[in-house]
Amino acid sequence: MNSVLKIIAQRLALGLLTLFIVSIVIFTAVNLLPGDFAEAILGQGATPEAVESIRRDLRLDQPPITRYLEWLGGAVRGDLGNSFAQANFASFVGDDSGTRTTVAQQIAPRFANTMFLAGVTAAIAVPLSVGLGVLAALYRETVFDRFTNIFTLSSISSPEFFLAYVLILFLAVLNPLLPSLSNIYEGMGFGERLQKTLLPALTLTLVVMAHMMRMTRAAIINLLASPYIEMARLKGMSPMRVIVRHALPNALAPIINVIALNLAYLITGVVVVEVVFVYPGIGQLFVDSVKIRDIPVVQACCLIFASAYILLNLTADILSIVSNPRLRHPK
Amino acid sequence: MSLWLTIIVALVACLAGGWVMRFAGQKATNNAPAFRDMPLGVAFGWVLGVTLLIWVVYTYYLARTLPQPDANKYFFFRTAIEWFIIFAVAAWIFRVFGRLVGTAGSRKLFRQMPLTASFGLLVILSYALVAIFAGILAPYGQEQVLEGVAANIPPGGDPAMGGNPEYPLGTDQIGRDILSRLIYGAQNTVGIAFATTCLAFFLGGSLGLLAAVLGGWLDQVLSRAVDVLMAIPSLIFALLLMTIASAWAGSERWLLTIYMVIIIAVIDSTRVFRLARAVGLNIVVMDYIEAAKLRGEGLSYLIFKEILPNATAPLLAEFGLRFCFVFLTIASLSFLGVGIQPPLADWGTMVRDLAQFINFAAFAPQVAAAPLLAAGAIALLTVGVNFVVDWMLKRSSGLKE
Amino acid sequence: MTDLVVMRDIEIEGRSDEVWMPIIKGIDLTLKKGEVLGLIGESGAGKSTLGLAAMGFARDGVRISGGSVEFDGIDLLAASADVKRGLLGKRIAYVAQSAAASFNPAHKLIDQHTEGPTQHGVMSKSESEMDGIELYRKLRLPNPDEIGFRYPHQVSGGQLQRAMTAMAMSCRPDLIIFDEPTTALDVTTQIEVLASIRDIVEEYDTAAIYITHDLAVVAQMADRIKVLLKGDEVEENETREMLSHPKEDYTKSLWAVREFKRPQKPAVHTDATPVVSVQHVTAAYGKVPVLHDISFDIHAGRTVAVVGESGSGKSTAARCITGLLPPSEGVIEFDGEALPGNYRQRNKMQLRQAQMIYQMADTALNPRKTIGEIIGRPVQFYMGLTGREKRKRVEELLEQIELPGSQYIDRLPSELSGGQKQRIGIARALAAEPKFIICDEVTSALDQLVAEGILRLLAQLQDELGLSYMFITHDLATVRSIADEVVVMKDGQVVEQGPKDEMFTPPHHPYTDLLLSSVPEMDPDWLTNLLAERGVDNIGDAAVGKMD
Repeated sequence: MNSVLKIIAQRLALGLLTLFIVSIVIFTAVNLLPGDFAEAILGQGATPEAVESIRRDLRLDQPPITRYLEWLGGAVRGDLGNSFAQANFASFVGDDSGTRTTVAQQIAPRFANTMFLAGVTAAIAVPLSVGLGVLAALYRETVFDRFTNIFTLSSISSPEFFLAYVLILFLAVLNPLLPSLSNIYEGMGFGERLQKTLLPALTLTLVVMAHMMRMTRAAIINLLASPYIEMARLKGMSPMRVIVRHALPNALAPIINVIALNLAYLITGVVVVEVVFVYPGIGQLFVDSVKIRDIPVVQACCLIFASAYILLNLTADILSIVSNPRLRHPK
Repeated sequence: MSLWLTIIVALVACLAGGWVMRFAGQKATNNAPAFRDMPLGVAFGWVLGVTLLIWVVYTYYLARTLPQPDANKYFFFRTAIEWFIIFAVAAWIFRVFGRLVGTAGSRKLFRQMPLTASFGLLVILSYALVAIFAGILAPYGQEQVLEGVAANIPPGGDPAMGGNPEYPLGTDQIGRDILSRLIYGAQNTVGIAFATTCLAFFLGGSLGLLAAVLGGWLDQVLSRAVDVLMAIPSLIFALLLMTIASAWAGSERWLLTIYMVIIIAVIDSTRVFRLARAVGLNIVVMDYIEAAKLRGEGLSYLIFKEILPNATAPLLAEFGLRFCFVFLTIASLSFLGVGIQPPLADWGTMVRDLAQFINFAAFAPQVAAAPLLAAGAIALLTVGVNFVVDWMLKRSSGLKE
Repeated sequence: MTDLVVMRDIEIEGRSDEVWMPIIKGIDLTLKKGEVLGLIGESGAGKSTLGLAAMGFARDGVRISGGSVEFDGIDLLAASADVKRGLLGKRIAYVAQSAAASFNPAHKLIDQHTEGPTQHGVMSKSESEMDGIELYRKLRLPNPDEIGFRYPHQVSGGQLQRAMTAMAMSCRPDLIIFDEPTTALDVTTQIEVLASIRDIVEEYDTAAIYITHDLAVVAQMADRIKVLLKGDEVEENETREMLSHPKEDYTKSLWAVREFKRPQKPAVHTDATPVVSVQHVTAAYGKVPVLHDISFDIHAGRTVAVVGESGSGKSTAARCITGLLPPSEGVIEFDGEALPGNYRQRNKMQLRQAQMIYQMADTALNPRKTIGEIIGRPVQFYMGLTGREKRKRVEELLEQIELPGSQYIDRLPSELSGGQKQRIGIARALAAEPKFIICDEVTSALDQLVAEGILRLLAQLQDELGLSYMFITHDLATVRSIADEVVVMKDGQVVEQGPKDEMFTPPHHPYTDLLLSSVPEMDPDWLTNLLAERGVDNIGDAAVGKMD
C-alpha cells in the first residue's frame, strides 16, 4: 500500500509543479505584449494620464519577477487583481478606486454557472456514453456498431457551433421545446435554470459523448480480447458474469481515464457553446475579455482553465493507479 | 412532460415488441439457434431500430405530401434525408468508378473500401477542386462590393422574403455576394488550415523523430516542454496568444492571420511531437535499426532511410486527424471573432454573421439554411477526412494481425 | 472404454481481409475416456484451433463451418448456449498457453479457482477452497496453504501454470485441453510442470488433449499422437508405435531433425590468438548488475555456443561484444587488440568484422526495403560497390544462402517465409565479409525442419569462409548439433565452459547437469525414469529453491 501512496504523492507533486510552470508560461506570454504594456492595452488614442494610471495599477515599474510573484501570491489567496473592463477607463485617471471591479468578483458567479453547465453535461453524457460504448464493444461489427461509428465520427467532426445551431433549429425554432438563449440570473429556480441550461448541455453532450463512446468501446474491445476473458468464457461463466466479474474490475481504470480526459475536453468546449447560447459562464467572459484585451481577466481565466485541466488529468492518473491490482498488491 | 411520457411508453412498447418477436421467431422457426440464443436486449434493439426507421420514412412522407406552410416544419428533415441519399449514391458511384478506372493497385484499394471511406475521398476531392478553382466557380470576387446592389439582401433568393434570385445566399452588410464568399471560403479556410497543419507536422514530426532516435537530454527537455504546453487546453492557449498577437499586429490584419497560423501550428505541433516520438520509439527498438547502428550508419540515414518509410502510415493518419483539429480550431477562433480576419472570406466568421437567420426557420426555411450551409461546409470536410482516416487506421491495424 | 469425444469431418475457417480461409480441412478425432491424445504440428498447423473446437468453441474471427462435435453423446455444435455453458468448466476444462495472461489480474488465485465449482453448483465456496489447497499440494506447489491467496502477478510463471491446471481440475472434469502449457517456460521449470500435470491426469483418470509443437514433450504425456500439417491430418498412432515406426514422410522428417550433429573438431592450439576474447567483463543496466566477471574465447573457424535459461545474461554478453552495452569493467579483444567499449567509438573496420544475426527475422529486416536494398546496403557501405557491381555481389550472396538471386532480389521481406527471411539476415551479415558472427537464438522462432536447414547452412558457410560463431541459445539440441565449445551461463556468471564432447559427458557442474537432464528426450519413458532417478521430492525442492 505504501508504494501506491508514494506514487500518488509523486503525481501530486508533479501536478503542482506543472501548474507552477504553466502559470509562468501564462505570465510570460502576457508580458510579451509589444512596446509599452499600458499603451498596447489602451491603444494609441489613450491620454497620458490613463496610461500612467495603468502602469501604476499593473506595477510596471517593478521588475517582471517581482510582479510575477505578487500575481501568483495573489492568485493563491484568490485575489486575481482588478479588471479593466467593468470600470470605466476614465476612472483610472482619478483616484476613485472604489468603483473598480476585481477579477475575482467578476469570475466567481460565472464560474459557478460554468460548473453547473459542466455538471449537467457530465450527468447526461457519462452514463449514456459509457453505456453505449460498452454496448458497441459487445455487439461490435453489427449494424448497431457501424451506425454508432458513423454517428460518433460525424459528431466529432462537426464544430461545436454547427451542432449547437442544429439543436437550436430542431429543438428551439421548429419545435419550441427549449429556449435558444440561456439567460441565467441569480436567484433563479433550479427547474427553470435546468431548462435553460439543457440546450447548451445537450450540445456539449453530443461533442463529448462521441469521444467518450469511441474511447470506451476501444478500451472494452481491447479488454475482451485478453486471454483471461476467454478463460472465463471457457470456464462456462454466463456472459453477464464475464462482464461484471471479469471485465469490469479491469475496465475501471481505462473507463475512468476516458471520463476524466473528456471532462477535461469539456473545458475547451464550453467556450464556443457559451458564446452561441449567450450563457453567462466563464468561457464567454474569457472570449469577451480577449476581444477587449482585458489582460487580468484573460490571465485569470487561463489559469483557471489550465488548473481544471491539470486537476482532471491528475485525477484520472491517480484513480487509474488506485484501481490497478498490480500496484495495489505489490509483490 | 407528455413528451417524456410518450418516449417511455414507446420504449416499453418496443421492449414488449422485442419479446413478442423473439417468441414468435422461436415458434415459427422451431427454435433455430438465432432466435433461441437471442438475448432480450438484442430483440429490443431490433424492434427499436425498425420502429425508428418506420418513423423516419413516415416523417419523410409527411414532408413530401403536406401542403405549405405545414411542410416548412419538415423542410430541414426532408433536405437532410435527401442529401444523405444523394451523398450515399454519389459515394457508391464514385467507388464503382474507382473500381473500374486506374492502376491495379488503386482498383484493389477501391474494392476493399467501405462506402464511408469512398464518401470521404469524394468529399476531400471535391473540396480540393472547389478550393483550386474558386476564382472560376465564384460569380463575383470575395472582396468585390457589388455596385447597384443593395446590401443585406437576406438569403434564400425568394423575392417574397426580400431575397433576390440572382444572389441565392444574399449579400452582406457592405454588399458582397455571400455565395462567392462561401466558395472563396474553401480556398481560405481549407488552405490556411492545410498550411498550418503542414507547419505543425514539420515542427512536431522532425523534433519527435529526433527525440526518439537520439534520446538522452534532448528527449527529456523536449518531452517535458511538450508536457507543460499540453497542460494548457489548446483553444484557451490559442485565445490567450491571439490576444497578444492582436496587439502585435495592430491595424495590419493580414499579419494577425499569419500569427494565427504560427500560434496554432506551434500548439498543435506538441500533439504531433508526442505521436511522432511514440511511433519513432516503436521503430527504434527494432533489430534492423540496431543492425544499421552497428553498421556505423549516420543519423540522417537512420531517420530518412530506416525510420521514416516505416512511420509514414501512422503519420499520414495523424495528419488527417490533425488537419481536422486545426481546421475546427481555426473555424472556432473565426467564429469567436479572433481568427481569419476580413476582408478574407471564411466560413467560421460567416456562420457568426448569418446566425440570426436561424430564427426564420419556421416560416422561411431557405433563409435559415444559409448559416447552416457554412457550418455544414466545415462539418462535411472534417467528416470526410475522419471517415478516410478511420478506414486507414482500421486497415493498418487489420494488416498487423 | 467408451468414446468421450467424437469429432467428424471438422472444417474450420478463419477470416482475413473479409475473406474466410480454411484453417482445418476436414479432420476426424476420437478420444476415449481417460485417454491422453497428443496433437502435434508446426506453427500454423491449426492444432490450437482444433483443440478449442473439441470444446465447441471458436475464437472471434474463426468459425466451425462443417462437421460435428459430440461430447459424451451431446452434440456441441447444435447445443444451446446454456447447455454448452453447463459443460464448459464443469466437464470440459482448458489450460491455456500463457497462464500469466489467462489469470484475471484483479482476483486472487483461489477466488478464480473456486469460481467454477461454485457457479456450476459442484461445491460450496469453502469446500472448493479446501479442495483447491489439496490440489495445489498434489501439484507440488510451494506453500500450498497460502499461495492461492496471492494475486497472479505475485506468482512465478511455472507455478501459475500449475495453479491453472489445478483450476482446470477444480470440477473434476472428464476432459482437459492443454494448449502448449509449457512452451513459455524454461527447460528446468518445464520438467516440474510436466511431471505434475501427468500425475494429476493419471490420478483422476481424466481424458486430455495435449497440444504442443515439441515431440519429446508429447512423447512423455500422450497415449496416442496425431500429427497435423497445415490443417490436414498426417497420421495418427499409439505413441510408442509412432515413435518407432512413423509411416508418412513428413513425420519421418520431423523425427530425423534430431540426428544432425557435427563432429567435434580437434582442440585449438593454446597459443593461438582468439578472434574474440572476452576478458573479465562486468556489466549492468543502470544500477542492475547483469554480468559478473565473465571470460571466454572464440577461435577462428569455431562455434562457441553460449547456453543458459532466460535471464542468464547470454544476450547481454552479446550486447557487450557488439558495443551496445559498454562493460563497466573488463575488455573485449578482437584479434588480440582491445576494442572500444562503445560501438560509436569503433571504426568502420572494427564494426565490419563482427556481424550479428537476430532471433526474429521479422524485426531484423526493414519491412519497407527490398531484399536487394537490405543486402546491398552493407555491400555499398563497407565495400564501396555501386550500380551493377553491387547487384552482382548481392546476387552472389543470395546464391550463397541458396536463394536464387534474380527471383528474390526485388521482393519485400513480407513476401518471404520465416526461414527465407532468416537466410536474408545471414546474407546481410555475410555482405560485410566479417570474421565473426553472433547468432542470437537464430533458430528458436523457426519450425524444426526450417531450423535444421539454417543450421546446416551456417555450418557450411563456416567451412567455406572460415567464420567464427558465437551461438546464443537456450536449446541444448541446437548446441549438440552445431557447437565446438560450450559456455554455460546462469545469473550473469559463467558456470562451466569447455569443448562440446567434454560438456556432454559426465561429470558435470550441478547446474549443467540439471540443464542437460531436463531436456526432454524422444523416449516415452524418459520422464518416468528421470523422476525415479531424481526422486519426486527433489523436484519439489528445486521449486522451493527457485522461490528464494
